[in-house]
Amino acid sequence: MMLRRIGLVAWHVFKESVRDRVLYAIGAFAMLLVTAAVVFSQLTAGQDLKIMKDFGLATIELAGVLMAVFIGVGLVAREIERRSIFSLLAKPLPRWEFVVGKYLGLVLTLTVNVLAMSLALYAALAYQHWVAPLGVRASWPAPASDPRLMIAVLMIALELALLTAVALFFSTFSSSTLISVVFTVGIFIAGLLSADLRAFNDVVDAPVLGYLVVGVGWLVPAFSAFDVKNQVVYGLPLAPGFVLHTIAYTVAYAAAAVGAAVIALRSREFK
Amino acid sequence: MTGAKPTAFGILAVVGGLALSASLLYARDHRYPPPPVTQRMLYVTSGSVVGRVMLTFDALAADVYWIRTIQHYGRDRKSRLQSGRFELLEPLLDLTTSLDPMFMTAYRFGAIFLSMAPPEGPGKPEAAVALLEKGLRATPDRWQYAHDIGFVHYWQTGDFTKAADWFERAARMPKAPSWIGPLAATTRAQGGNRVGARQMLQELLTSPEAYIRQAAERGLLQLQALDAIDFLQAAVDEYFRRHGQYPANWSDLVRAGLIPALPLDPSRVPFVYDATTHHVKLGPGSPLAPLPQGFQR
Repeated sequence: MMLRRIGLVAWHVFKESVRDRVLYAIGAFAMLLVTAAVVFSQLTAGQDLKIMKDFGLATIELAGVLMAVFIGVGLVAREIERRSIFSLLAKPLPRWEFVVGKYLGLVLTLTVNVLAMSLALYAALAYQHWVAPLGVRASWPAPASDPRLMIAVLMIALELALLTAVALFFSTFSSSTLISVVFTVGIFIAGLLSADLRAFNDVVDAPVLGYLVVGVGWLVPAFSAFDVKNQVVYGLPLAPGFVLHTIAYTVAYAAAAVGAAVIALRSREFK
Repeated sequence: MTGAKPTAFGILAVVGGLALSASLLYARDHRYPPPPVTQRMLYVTSGSVVGRVMLTFDALAADVYWIRTIQHYGRDRKSRLQSGRFELLEPLLDLTTSLDPMFMTAYRFGAIFLSMAPPEGPGKPEAAVALLEKGLRATPDRWQYAHDIGFVHYWQTGDFTKAADWFERAARMPKAPSWIGPLAATTRAQGGNRVGARQMLQELLTSPEAYIRQAAERGLLQLQALDAIDFLQAAVDEYFRRHGQYPANWSDLVRAGLIPALPLDPSRVPFVYDATTHHVKLGPGSPLAPLPQGFQR
């Protein structure tokens, strides 16, 4: 019964999201950019396939980040603004189920979008494979339609799942959508720099400040930990343990962030 | 539903989740580190191209490239890389200064570290001079750049004529401090000497930039090491004068009362005495190596 209620909320979010114009705008733009990678690759001397893959994966990630931030911060805040949360909370639906359902719904939306953009990228890469002479194909470090690209896609999906949890937390915490966007983007940028923050002591000799910065580096969501685009594009191997640990990390951190969102929503009084 | 107990439990669960996630990340990075991408490259090496792409944010882009420069230098200095150390230092500095031609710190950083001999730097004094000349083209009245070019010639290449030329040029520039004129004259007359070098390094110690002060401190320690090597070499020669043969090791000099104990350089690494050539030099692993060419006797 509990799972059914969460599933219903998630499905409702998915249906609502796919009708969102913002989603279509970002999605169409991303599709255009992914396929435009074919054109960009023609402008470079050599490295055309690498640039197509770099450009395609970066576009998928960037579009996903925009979707996660702009839809994620409105997940709960919009219900509060519209006052539709009153009717929802009047139903036999615990707040934590409401939050978890919202979260899973957006993760489902993002996953579908990432998969659609990945298909577009694979189509562009297949075209590149088709037009490239045999000698050129032999010089590629990894095949054009390399199935290992899906590892990078999986990592992007995990990154977006984590970012959605952060956006959801700010959505319940803050009463302003703009402030939620600023906080979420700020945490995202800090997370992209988290590896540098954790290695701060290797670069600078400042013990006290160093430990403080390293501590922050471990606390913020490690968005940089999902970046395996270079390894995948160069066809370098990634251990299954690496992928499994990354999945476990995402689940643990996202659970903590969603848990914090539940606490924040529980502590709010709606009059 | 809003009781204190469930909330406290929830907060504990959140903290536990964060701790678990950090330990998972730590385990992943230590057990399954991703293969390093050995090809370190800059996608764009043209400052004008980056400037156009960044629209009106070229100064911000300069700051970002500057941070990358510091990270690249710091990381490579601490790494055990045998080849390709500091390979991006020159293009990163060029990008930074192309995006922001007034970025004085970047030019002066380049002067110090591009010219440093391995393992502390890439050993490219000509690149350091080119970078500083670029700075002079952007701001012709900055005496610091002319002084730093002189310093590179004085300290790294040992070309004292060029060093004196640049010190004289710096002395003629607006707001140049009064000590540069005498320094130019001394360099012209006597070439490199440790007194002049000490004076220059003492001036650099007053720089507001920490890395310039650190480089100056290291230079002063190198001069101390050179003085100590001269003293020890004199002791070796004195031993030969007294005994008609060279010492076999430091113990011979200690027993002869010429030195009190095993000699250490200013970084606490023992000096090495080569019994075959009878020369004293820095020990392996000394952070003061290599010593500047122009001041060795």
